[in-house]
Amino acid sequence: MRKPYVVRGLELSKGARAGIVLVSAAVAIGLILFGIFGYLRTYPPTVAATPSPTQPNTVDLTLQVEGAVGTGPHPQWVGWYAKDAAGKWVRTTIWQVPEKTYVHVTVYEYDSGGPLRNPYWGKVLGTQGGVIYLNGKPVSVLDAASGNGVAHTIDAPTLGLNVPVWGVNGNAKNFCQQGPCNPSEAHNVITFTFYSGNHPHEYRWQCFIPCGVGYLMGNGGPMQETGYMGGFIKVVA
Amino acid sequence: MALTQQELEERKAFARTKGWQIFAVWLVLTAIVDYLVWFVWGPHMPPGTMTTSAAAQQFDFKVLAALVVPVLFMVWVYGGFALVNFRARKGEEDEDGIVLFGNRKVQGIWYVASTVLVLGLAVFGTYELIGNHDIGSGSGPSPIWNYSWAKATPQGPYAPGGTTPLVVQVIAQQWRFTYRYPQFGGMETTELYLPTNSRIVFDVTSLDVIHDFWAYQLGVKADANPDVNNIATTETTSQTGRITVRCDELCGIWHGAMYNYGEVIPASQFETWAQTMEAANAQVTKLLPPFALTYTPSYSGAGGGYYPSYDPNGHAVSY
Repeated sequence: MRKPYVVRGLELSKGARAGIVLVSAAVAIGLILFGIFGYLRTYPPTVAATPSPTQPNTVDLTLQVEGAVGTGPHPQWVGWYAKDAAGKWVRTTIWQVPEKTYVHVTVYEYDSGGPLRNPYWGKVLGTQGGVIYLNGKPVSVLDAASGNGVAHTIDAPTLGLNVPVWGVNGNAKNFCQQGPCNPSEAHNVITFTFYSGNHPHEYRWQCFIPCGVGYLMGNGGPMQETGYMGGFIKVVA
Repeated sequence: MALTQQELEERKAFARTKGWQIFAVWLVLTAIVDYLVWFVWGPHMPPGTMTTSAAAQQFDFKVLAALVVPVLFMVWVYGGFALVNFRARKGEEDEDGIVLFGNRKVQGIWYVASTVLVLGLAVFGTYELIGNHDIGSGSGPSPIWNYSWAKATPQGPYAPGGTTPLVVQVIAQQWRFTYRYPQFGGMETTELYLPTNSRIVFDVTSLDVIHDFWAYQLGVKADANPDVNNIATTETTSQTGRITVRCDELCGIWHGAMYNYGEVIPASQFETWAQTMEAANAQVTKLLPPFALTYTPSYSGAGGGYYPSYDPNGHAVSY
């Protein structure tokens, strides 16, 4: 007859040992799955727009975009920052706005530009008055094939919004090398206002400049990851 | 254990009687269900009748469904018969079922019917594909069985009620479709609008990876390949309604979000819409390259560079 298995004076039956093994395996598998799915479901933080101090029924959203975000797992990727309520720049592409509200957006653009793959995306769509203000001047279409070109776009298809943002001169002496950048560096200021819609919804947005340098057709890397060149406009009740 | 002659005769008689009963039940059920499939369900089958392609596809689905019914009911009716007649009844001993013998006549009918059905469907499918001018599918830059009116690249302006088809270029890009109307100044839009009772030519291409233009209600589906003009043709009917366009080729992380909507509207209304859009988009249309059947990517990686006006593969077309 086999001797019973004894741990610190406690006799363990075969069933008890099997149970310990099974529970341990289940816990281990659970932890691994939790880790994997936790990683896969990792999203950048959400930054909420702040109520406008001057305009009724309006919120302000302040953003910046640069050629290299400078932080996180891919510091050399292009990406966006949003200013939170405390005035701190947060690296994210998920912006929260209330429904039935005008959203006044200010974009500080620090990246160089170029031609659009489809020049159609130089057209402003879905903003108040059909225009954006580039350094204070209203424009409805940007010719990406001239001058500094378009650096990035904010395009939310189901919201009907398309905003091209004009690039800065990549050879400028004070060109921002990595984010978050500051206003002493070469930049453009783009402002526009859009209506958030009458219902809560998560609107996907993306950049239509294939700006994933080094990836096939420029469409990999930051173009394929939330937090860099795509994200969500969360419209909440 | 060998059967006695009397047992054998009894079983033959049983098979004959029950065989006819099964056949009668099958025939009645098939007739009823086929009638319902054809006349009740059929007119509501996807993709509808908004275009000739959609209507042809609906007809094909009706034929296939009607042919499936007899096969399905043969299996179900015989299955039901077996469950009822060959089950173990209460109090019966647990014993083997009766010995089964093959019936060459039944097997022969089954083989011949299956062969006729399969080969018939192959012939039917081929006939439908050719006879319906590729039935709404993208058929490459030089479709073989296309409508005669679409064989050569249609030239000239579109007018409601005319014979010149409306040309719509579908441009796919990660992750949106846009539509270019060369007969309306080459303007580009984000929504697909089409006129009723009109011939339509879709020139489908891509600016980056392979996408697929699937206008579900139109019964039109064509791959969008970079540097390829994939032609799909159809004719709209008098039916108006909303169109859903989806990308049907896994094309990257936002493939699932690559969809938009459009509408088939009365031809006169379309004319107004197109002229209004042409005027509204004039400023951006000036920035677009001349209309071409394909727009070669620059292969430079990031940035733009598509749409180069000097592109030797651009195949510029005038209207």
